[in-house]
Amino acid sequence: MREALDQWLFVYGAYALGIGATLAMMAWSWLAMKRAEARREKVRSGSRVGK
Amino acid sequence: MHGFANPKRFLALAGWLTPLLLVSGFFVTAAALYWGFTQVPPDRLMGETVRIIFIHVPTAWLGMGGWTAIAISSLVFLVWRHPLAAIAARGAAVPGLVFTLVCLATGSIWGRPTWGTWWVWDGRLTSMLVLAFLYIAYIALAQAAQREGVSARIPAIFGLIGAINIPIINRSVVWWNSLHQPPSITMGKSAIDGVFLAPLLFAVIGFSLIFGGVVLARMRALLADIQADARLRRRAMEAD
Repeated sequence: MREALDQWLFVYGAYALGIGATLAMMAWSWLAMKRAEARREKVRSGSRVGK
Repeated sequence: MHGFANPKRFLALAGWLTPLLLVSGFFVTAAALYWGFTQVPPDRLMGETVRIIFIHVPTAWLGMGGWTAIAISSLVFLVWRHPLAAIAARGAAVPGLVFTLVCLATGSIWGRPTWGTWWVWDGRLTSMLVLAFLYIAYIALAQAAQREGVSARIPAIFGLIGAINIPIINRSVVWWNSLHQPPSITMGKSAIDGVFLAPLLFAVIGFSLIFGGVVLARMRALLADIQADARLRRRAMEAD
């Protein structure tokens, strides 16, 4: 007997995962870039900062 | 092309290109996914699950594209010794890994209602999983090389050797029996109906723009870290 699967559940799951991971990656890479550039500017301006 | 290997010129270009790629990629991808989610009819065989194609296929291509970028940048670094090429290779690693993992996860979700299983150890799925492990190894190796002050040639050589997996992934559905369908889109030909193909191409463009934006953001972050560390080291040596 064939299983009755709600196909939309799989579609929702795939979209939530794909969109969530992509947005998280965009936000993380942007914030990491801004943090690293701010650290470089601090080092350039003379104050000693760690990582 | 060699002119852009200058970090100053690169930063001047990446300063405006990074947000442009990320914002345009966001809107093009959002429009393509909305199109695919709400406007496309169900497929005759796969039903509603065909909509997963608009995430699965672009991320699969970019997962492989990411490693191709690593291999080309590594080759440029090894031949011409441009430090920016090594940074470009490292910049492509994180988005490549994320898209490879999304491809694997969405493929697994698609496989359950279509094939009746979440996973099968066939050529395509296994070689794609190997690609994810290669990305993780590359990221760890490149980070360790930077931290320990080891030559960037080691991750570059690893990036080149790992490229052997890309044609294996591409040809796996032709070489071995697989539940995965054979290539639907080849050079100049498509077995996909136009009603699915148009939003798919838009999704590929959108995800590619995001990929490019993330690569530039990662490169800027890595470059800023390297420059800050170099300045701190110089200052420490002067103080001694």
